[in-house]
Amino acid sequence: MLKRLIYSREGVLSIIVLAMFFGVGVISPDFISLSNSVSIFNDTSILIMLALGQMLVILTRCIDLSVAANVAFTGMFVAMVNQYFPELHMSLLIFLSLFIGALLGAINGLFVWLLKVPSIVITLGTMSIYRGATFLLSDGAWVNSHQMSESFIGLPRYEILSMPVLGWMAVAAIILFFWAMKFSVWGRNFYSAGGNPMAAFYSGVNVGKVQFYAFLVSGTLSGLCGYLWVSRFAVAYVDVANGFELQVIAACVIGGVSIVGGLGSVVGCVIGALFIGVVNNALPIIGVSPFWQMAISGLVIIIAVIANATSGKDKARIILRNPNANDEIRAN
Amino acid sequence: MKSTLVKSLVLACSTLVASHSIAAEEVRVALLVKAMGIGFFEAAYRGAEEARKELGDVEIIYTGPTSTTAEGQIEIINSLIAQRVDAIAVSANDADALVPSLKKAQQRGIKVISWDSGVGQAGREVHLNPSSNSLIGRMNVKLAADAVAQKGKTSGTFAILSATPTSTNQNIWIEEMKKSLGEFSNLKLVDTVYGDDLADKSFREATALIKNHPDLDVIVAPTTVGILAAAQAVSDLGLTGKVYVTGLGLPSELAGHVHSGAIHSFAIWNPIDLGYSATMLAYNLVKGKGTKTEIPMGRMGTLELDKNGDGAMAKPFIYDASNVDEFSSIF
Repeated sequence: MLKRLIYSREGVLSIIVLAMFFGVGVISPDFISLSNSVSIFNDTSILIMLALGQMLVILTRCIDLSVAANVAFTGMFVAMVNQYFPELHMSLLIFLSLFIGALLGAINGLFVWLLKVPSIVITLGTMSIYRGATFLLSDGAWVNSHQMSESFIGLPRYEILSMPVLGWMAVAAIILFFWAMKFSVWGRNFYSAGGNPMAAFYSGVNVGKVQFYAFLVSGTLSGLCGYLWVSRFAVAYVDVANGFELQVIAACVIGGVSIVGGLGSVVGCVIGALFIGVVNNALPIIGVSPFWQMAISGLVIIIAVIANATSGKDKARIILRNPNANDEIRAN
Repeated sequence: MKSTLVKSLVLACSTLVASHSIAAEEVRVALLVKAMGIGFFEAAYRGAEEARKELGDVEIIYTGPTSTTAEGQIEIINSLIAQRVDAIAVSANDADALVPSLKKAQQRGIKVISWDSGVGQAGREVHLNPSSNSLIGRMNVKLAADAVAQKGKTSGTFAILSATPTSTNQNIWIEEMKKSLGEFSNLKLVDTVYGDDLADKSFREATALIKNHPDLDVIVAPTTVGILAAAQAVSDLGLTGKVYVTGLGLPSELAGHVHSGAIHSFAIWNPIDLGYSATMLAYNLVKGKGTKTEIPMGRMGTLELDKNGDGAMAKPFIYDASNVDEFSSIF
């Protein structure tokens, strides 16, 4: 049991993350303090939530490049609503961010489902469209901290048991996803739709519809993260989260979500995001030169992809050998 | 007598026609900015409009790419050449990449000046610095000294949070800041980090600065995204009044942090004046006013040029709680 845990991808990854974490702790003891660990988790929360949504999309053999643009658009939208109607209740604004995010995700999903267009093409397009729409919406102007209401900025910072609400939201998302992906038919369908679409089709799974759901969930989470991002950094502008979609996809890839679909776990995905979170937070602490920071982040992704490619081969062999391939994957 | 009357009438008419045709042939000045939708450049455009109203016979074409890339600006320059504008005033995303296309523009008789962020000498006739680099560098150190004084201390430490490590003007300012340290012997520079002009990275770098240097008094961020993220990090860590943030930013973006106390004071040149001056310079070049050493720029006086065609507008203006609200409604 223990051996299996250690040899599993999640096990190896956790060991690497912990080794890195304590390695930095040797140089800077303050880094491994409880309060700093909480702040790293909090800092990574948005990445975790987006990576979970992205995982569903990648599981179904698709990719969502529009997440960061969705974050920017929704963030700008709710920030502007808050700016002009500061008396609106926060629950309404959060609902609004979920709704707009879902809407943008549904646009991606409908194209993929009904028109069968490759998702990379659709989301490449909508990425630019959503970013452009953010510009048109705001006319390029920024929404600054003093134009946002106190509760708007305060909500994700509100501490419960010395962790901010932002962190608790990520915890809630992780638990929800863990349950859904492990125990609900709805969640298992993502694996079967991506693992073997033909088999899924014959067993009555509507692959296109499952892909639509994946984009819907990814979009909804992006919408929520749009609000969280804008309130956390207390500023909304067109370039918010520029290029962040690559970090989200990297978190999934590092976490063992196979880019060819059907393989991946919630735990792996979360550890992949935490890996990036630790790298992002550790490199400035130990004073690594900014050029090395870029190179190291890139190197880490390549190593993860190589590890992924080799582990993917094993799975392919298992599928060839084992008639109960789906069960094998489910057992992961 | 009669003939002179007719003559003068004809002369008057022809002058009228001539002046009318001049009015119809407005000077078309393209104000090419780093990217659309940046508060700073929107404010510069207001200044250009001000110049247009003052001059009367100018048409301003305010344009720029959607993101800060040199490629985007080159495409626009090519289309401006095709439209046969009279002058291009550019704030460049890259000092070298724009030179070939701007050279082409000059060969077609278009007057080219750069402002805010310059291009290589071959690509333009005049460069208008918003302020001189040494003045900006010194101003940033002075702001740090002011913040230390605000804490009631006689000496203190500060760190710099810059944009990208390759940003030319940021690096020049950092050099100038180091040079002016001799003048402020009570200040010690402890670290320089880079937030890449991204809110999340700047936020993390600022947090790391505070953690790595527990005795840090001031963070100086000569970049709009950086100063904002650092101020947010300081107030999130509950260190308002203990660590001050200062640097260069826009009043509209920083007013909140000035009132919360995370920022005591900061500086920026006036982008309205900058846009105004750039338009005036471009106009006067087209009209052939001005010499190799100086060019008039309306209410801003005269720009004095060095042998490279560089000139500086003025020293940066300091904003604090007393005046930030007044300016935050403007830019």
